[in-house]
Amino acid sequence: MTATTPMERARGANVGSGFWGRTSVRVTVVLIAALWSFPTVGLLISSIRSPNDIRGSGWWTTILHPFETTWTLANYTDVLSANGMFNAFMNSLIVSIPATIIPITLAAFAAYAFAWMRFPGRGVLFAVVVGLLVVPLQMALVPLLQAYNGLGMTGTFLGIWLAHTGFGLPLAIYLLYNYISQLPKDLFESAFIDGATHFTAFLRLVLPLSVPALASFAIFQFLWVWNDLLVALVFLGTDSEVAILTARLNELVGSRGEDWHLLTAGAFVTMLLPLGVFLALQRFFVRGLLAGSVKG
Amino acid sequence: MVQEDTGLGLDDRDLMDGTPPTNPFSVHILRVVAALVIPIATLLGMWVAMNWVQNLENRFVTVIVAIVVGVGGVWLLYWAMDSAVDQLPLRFRESVRPYVFVGPALVLLILYLVYPAFYTFVLSFQDAKGSGFVGLENYAFVFTDERMLRSIRNSIGWIIVVPLVSVVVGLGFALLADRLKRMESAAKALIFLPMAISFVGASIVWKFIYSFRPEGFGEQIGLLNGIMVALGQDPVGWLQQQPWNNLLLMVIMIWMQTGFGMVILSAAIKGVPEDIMEAARIDGATEPQVFWRVIIPSIASTIVVVLTTMTINVLKIFDIVWLSNPETNGTEVIAERMMRWFFRNEHDGRGAAIAVFLFVAILPVMILNIRRFRREEAIR
Repeated sequence: MTATTPMERARGANVGSGFWGRTSVRVTVVLIAALWSFPTVGLLISSIRSPNDIRGSGWWTTILHPFETTWTLANYTDVLSANGMFNAFMNSLIVSIPATIIPITLAAFAAYAFAWMRFPGRGVLFAVVVGLLVVPLQMALVPLLQAYNGLGMTGTFLGIWLAHTGFGLPLAIYLLYNYISQLPKDLFESAFIDGATHFTAFLRLVLPLSVPALASFAIFQFLWVWNDLLVALVFLGTDSEVAILTARLNELVGSRGEDWHLLTAGAFVTMLLPLGVFLALQRFFVRGLLAGSVKG
Repeated sequence: MVQEDTGLGLDDRDLMDGTPPTNPFSVHILRVVAALVIPIATLLGMWVAMNWVQNLENRFVTVIVAIVVGVGGVWLLYWAMDSAVDQLPLRFRESVRPYVFVGPALVLLILYLVYPAFYTFVLSFQDAKGSGFVGLENYAFVFTDERMLRSIRNSIGWIIVVPLVSVVVGLGFALLADRLKRMESAAKALIFLPMAISFVGASIVWKFIYSFRPEGFGEQIGLLNGIMVALGQDPVGWLQQQPWNNLLLMVIMIWMQTGFGMVILSAAIKGVPEDIMEAARIDGATEPQVFWRVIIPSIASTIVVVLTTMTINVLKIFDIVWLSNPETNGTEVIAERMMRWFFRNEHDGRGAAIAVFLFVAILPVMILNIRRFRREEAIR
């Protein structure tokens, strides 16, 4: 009676296996998740209240008294039409999609060469890439801005694509190298015997097999570019022809700081696409990112 | 054996034959020129096309054409360069081809990171406009200016608090969510969600938490002060309370970053082999012992990766602080100071010196990074 067998002890100690254990785990998870979503819920609720209501009472009061506030979608139509958010949305697309795909392409070619081609300087060059991983992009801003002004590249989409590409490349090459270098060697040997060139091997073998890594970096880079304010302000500016969503929203914060109905709706507009992209691709996210950093 | 060179050239089997085809010298020169001209022509083509696209009236057309030019242009570049290499004399081909693959990436890295970083280093010894050398004056400023020193203290607080709290909460949440069957992915998505929000968006989100109105200026619309008033207390100007306002800004960053750590750590935990944990339990290990002695050592390298990434992110943070008006409430951080001196105060020398200081602060993390990479390469 006094001595419990190891099996019994193991079962007893396994927190979460009993009813109370399971319930307490569930309650904790729900509490943390609720705490984390609270701020966003506040934004969403505020964005569909009338301007006077947002200013007049706390957003949390609507949860207790949902019929004492005026619900409206007018904030969204306002911010999209009158405040140039629609244009900015388009500009964000123009900036984000190539600024995601160009670095992935460059990085995939480079990662393939680092992993499967032998050439002088390979080791040194790759060490440089790893070192560049932590160079803060702020180190590069002023010299680049001077060069851009000289070349007339400020305010052009090509200019900001290349800037985002340069800043994103070290991480992209590093992540993709970790994945591509672990593809089975026999695969390439048989492909080359069958007469494949490096170019066709890359297109037909490496790209399809690396989809998880490519997708996870794509999500990363897309979220980063879409949400970036710094690079956009420096290289693209706030001119409404080219300004992207974050720059536009930032300007609204400055010029219409008390117009909460515009700010909340605007903030939610900027969140829509990244949320969708993330939810659609999240299952790739971890698989690709983990390829290099976790063994086993 | 006579080879006929047909435009796109020969495949790699020709190498094995060991019989390079003979061509007139002028053809070789043409081919070498083609290898250089094509990349430049592609870039010029993209440049011209984009200039034209940016002046279009119809936004939808602009979006589509811009994407086609941007994405298609790059693929065209590689295809053209690879084809050009096929035109090179056979004995050069395979020694040139790797550089075609890494070339564009390296060129951009040099143009956008290496060269500007060196230039910034030079700027840090020059005056406000970069017109004359001032020796170490800018660095003296970095280590004596009152706001600068405060920003260094604040940044140290940031790199200690934010990565630590994010990893602890993320790890704890990953462990707990792992035990749930149905709700796991939904719960994780909720924690991850703030990752998808921009700093500008986040600053608006958190205004509804921290907002403060002095008494007599209407009802509180910030949640914290709503709670204070409901409890019968006076409302508090949260973001004016030095030094606690630093912590409140860190909370925003923790809110945004925890999801990242949680997702990565959760995957690492799932990668710990079940039989090792089972064996430990059968040997009489309690659940905390399994956690500390089995799970933590197995995922230690992932924890280091997450901590490193977050530390770097935190050192570069400036948007959250910038938007909270640091000049008046003492929440300066290093990256914010740098932007302030570069762009607001237009003193390139001081901005550059702060940038170099930031870089030196990150340097140990970088060395750690390269060492870890070397170790992993050795294992591989």
